[in-house]
Amino acid sequence: MTQPITQQRKAVSLISGGLDSMLATQAMLDQGIHVEGINFYTGFCVEGHTHAIRKKDKAKPKRNNALWVAEQLGIKLHIIDIIDEYKDVVINPKHGYGSNMNPCLDCKCFMVRKAHEWIEAHGFDFIITGEVVGQRPMSQRRDTMPVIQRESGAEDRLLRPLCAKILPATLPEREGWVDREKLFDFNGRGRKPQIALAKKMGISDFAQPSGGCCFLTDAAYSSKLADLWSARGERRYELDDIMLLKVGRHLRPRAHFKIIVGREEGENRFLEGYRKQFTHMYTISHPGPLVLLDGEANDDDLQLAAQLAARFSQGKGADTVRVELHEKGAAKRELDVVPLTNEEIPLEWYL
Amino acid sequence: MSHHQLDARRVLCPMPVIRTQNFVAKLPPGDTVDVLCTDPGALHDIPAWCRIHGHEIIRTQEQEGELMISVRVGASPD
Repeated sequence: MTQPITQQRKAVSLISGGLDSMLATQAMLDQGIHVEGINFYTGFCVEGHTHAIRKKDKAKPKRNNALWVAEQLGIKLHIIDIIDEYKDVVINPKHGYGSNMNPCLDCKCFMVRKAHEWIEAHGFDFIITGEVVGQRPMSQRRDTMPVIQRESGAEDRLLRPLCAKILPATLPEREGWVDREKLFDFNGRGRKPQIALAKKMGISDFAQPSGGCCFLTDAAYSSKLADLWSARGERRYELDDIMLLKVGRHLRPRAHFKIIVGREEGENRFLEGYRKQFTHMYTISHPGPLVLLDGEANDDDLQLAAQLAARFSQGKGADTVRVELHEKGAAKRELDVVPLTNEEIPLEWYL
Repeated sequence: MSHHQLDARRVLCPMPVIRTQNFVAKLPPGDTVDVLCTDPGALHDIPAWCRIHGHEIIRTQEQEGELMISVRVGASPD
């Protein structure tokens, strides 16, 4: 007797590039599900940029972990630019921020909602994530997991294979598309079950990002973003703004302007791409960094900025340093300035 | 079959991959695209993306800090 042909069910997996989403995806592949990956680019993602910018990081592998994971698993990966839509998540998070400017719960709701839209547009059946109950203090808690299902609109088409057994059965489990008994009951912050499962699945190489994969979880970055909003008097940003927050030393000597000082050759080269948009300066009597000035500066402010540029140049011990100044919309000019000393730069200026 | 050029210069990864992905999605199999980039990360990411989706890297060239990655669109729909 011939068996009825069963339809192969299709799932999209939120691939971060880390181990958990890799394991969740492999678990579905092992159950015969057709899986494709989806990865969202918010502009705040850690990987890629800083390696591309900083010369000292050039030797590090530049692989995109989400692409690498997809290739290891043998699945397609769709990378979606959500930079503009994501602004509302960062600026107005309904559930608030974590310990820094990280709106983790709103972020997860948003990403699952986008994934839900994607499966509806592409005829897929359900969504999987590598979430584990208790793994993260804000977005991966027993009480917030139903919030994500509800607010994303995915409801019970959202399956978390790594902790499914300690959550109510979802549609793919109830319909028998996946075997619940073969799913997992991981719980808490420990990583041992994931490491053991990786070993069992033959996965030995995986990314272990320290401090997460999002700049918004970083205290120093968050402080610079808060300063940007405070200086502008409104909570908004463009992609260039958030890229520049990743690069250089940021100092705000006066409320109406700040400077961005390249820390090394790679950063200086990156900042050069912004010369036309900003008043900028560099030392010409001594080697030194490129300095961008963000804000409105009068002659006294420009003098102070030039003294700071001199401080971060190799002429910091000289009596005077010559600085070439390029004001937006004005001819270049040269200033001879006395470099500030460390003692003359209050710590509060550093963002 | 047509030949195309895509400018992904002065954007950092993963934007060159995203631009390539969105551009290739509109092309028929066999078309070729020269993707121009400045982020060296694209040398790794675009070929990885092509391998996953069944597209072919014809060649990569580097000249004066600019990269050109030539892609032939594969048969597999994305």
